[in-house]
Amino acid sequence: MARVRGWVRVLALLGVLAIVLYPLIWVLGSSLKSPTEVSSNLSIWPQELTWSNYADGWSYIPGVSFGRFFGNSILISLATVVANAASCLVTAYAFARLRFWGRKGYFALMIATLLLPGHVLIVPQYVMFSEFGWIDTPLPLILPKLLATEAFFIFLMVQFMRGIPRELDDAAKIDGCDPYRTFWHVILPLSRPALITTAIFSFIWTWNDFFTQLVYLPSVPSYTVPVALRLFIDSSGQTSIGPMLAMSVLSLLPVFLFFLGFQRFLVQGINTSGLKG
Amino acid sequence: MRGRRKNYASRRSEGLAGYVFLSPWLIGLMTITAFPMLLSLYLSFTNYDVLSSWEFVEWVGFDNYKKIFTADPTFWQSVRVTLTFGLIAIPLKLAASLGVALLLNRERRGVGLFRGMFYLPSLLGGSVALALVWVAMFNGEGAFNAGLSLFGIEGNNWINDPDWALATLMVLTIWQFGAPMVIFLAGLKQVPTELYEAAQVDGASKRRQFFHITLPMLSPVIFFNLLLETINGFQGFTSAFVISNGTGGPLGSTKLYTLHIYDKAFTDFQMGYASALAWIFLAAIGLITIVFFSTGKFWVHYSDGEN
Repeated sequence: MARVRGWVRVLALLGVLAIVLYPLIWVLGSSLKSPTEVSSNLSIWPQELTWSNYADGWSYIPGVSFGRFFGNSILISLATVVANAASCLVTAYAFARLRFWGRKGYFALMIATLLLPGHVLIVPQYVMFSEFGWIDTPLPLILPKLLATEAFFIFLMVQFMRGIPRELDDAAKIDGCDPYRTFWHVILPLSRPALITTAIFSFIWTWNDFFTQLVYLPSVPSYTVPVALRLFIDSSGQTSIGPMLAMSVLSLLPVFLFFLGFQRFLVQGINTSGLKG
Repeated sequence: MRGRRKNYASRRSEGLAGYVFLSPWLIGLMTITAFPMLLSLYLSFTNYDVLSSWEFVEWVGFDNYKKIFTADPTFWQSVRVTLTFGLIAIPLKLAASLGVALLLNRERRGVGLFRGMFYLPSLLGGSVALALVWVAMFNGEGAFNAGLSLFGIEGNNWINDPDWALATLMVLTIWQFGAPMVIFLAGLKQVPTELYEAAQVDGASKRRQFFHITLPMLSPVIFFNLLLETINGFQGFTSAFVISNGTGGPLGSTKLYTLHIYDKAFTDFQMGYASALAWIFLAAIGLITIVFFSTGKFWVHYSDGEN
């Protein structure tokens, strides 16, 4: 009886898995299908491989190739990774290890900003950044990250640092380390796992981000991949579906590779802080 | 005496170091968060549009708010759509994530692999690419209808049907159940097995064990997931925007509140009006959070007596 139950459980899981993975495998297969086949052929594998979808998609937008959009996305994502990791790490150190006036109040404020919807801030921030003349540059997307505006990562790192034995700090103190040297020689090297998790999530979120990039990057040459992908919808004639799916696959690829390489860190990351993908 | 003075000095230098390390965040809090919020509050009482210069900004009192509640049918439409979306998609997503987590919890072999693959959509699902995949799958000639036709059912153009467009969005949201599922799995691992053993000795059925052990022990995690998914769910933008090509259509059926804010701010450039919309949004989210926390004590069970 227990055996039968076990098999039912496995079958149920496999069924759910098939439904969950179908869209992903379907898009991969369909990106290689000819225009007529995309809609008529339900099967995942194309009858004949149509690589031209990728070439057509790459130069679909007149004058600017997807190479440019990928370049823009990579630049913004990598800069965000560095900025987030550095600024959130120092902030987390202050919250997790140092005693100073008002710490509890600041910590509560930081948690409150976790719940603050980005859509509330976007209008005044846009007004502010347009006064600076920063619209259509990557600056509004990168510079704020230097100021530890991603509270999620601060929280994640605080949680992580609380797990580092305090004896290490005390030992460093006895050896004559001030808070700065303790940070540099003790906390920073030990925080590597939290830094990696932050880096991966920063990259994936920025890579997938659409809303702020749509708002701040209005001209085609400064588009990132998500903003450019959207242009495929304007003329949703069947002929452009193949190239659209081909570019979608390319845009999903980096996230998928991160997933393959760092699955452990991703799952740990959500477990320590409840981060969302 | 000397020791105490030294201690005092190190305390002070630690306090100073605290502010040094905190300074990027503090500056960010003031310039990127607090100041824009105050600016937005001010703008919500003006007719500011980003196109004309500041000299033409006029204080209009509560006009924006009055107009939103009395003369903006799109506002009410977007509230309706957002609430419908939230009240249906979020419970279903949590139910799916809890269900699969329960299925996975017993299985020892391959849990990591399953968990990873179920989590994958949460990483990819919010992207523009996946919204495009949804368009390709759920339009009139898409794969979904090809699948239905195998059973002799003729599907319609789901994405362009005002009765169904929001449903396809909900399916896309529920599809991303992996993130709360991972959190549920971690929570399930925390439930002491002795409780189940004791229940078994007492002859409690699996059903009773689920309702009297699993659910209460899991209630803090359910609370956490519910709060997180609600706040995230109400902020959904990308999928609805891309699938409806920025319109929130057909016939406003996918006009989430965030799309209305975007329209007013960045299509009509009515920044003052959009700020007022944003503050109403913030108040609503705040209210929901307060309601969650104040009702939480009636159904969230903390085993170690904290709180």
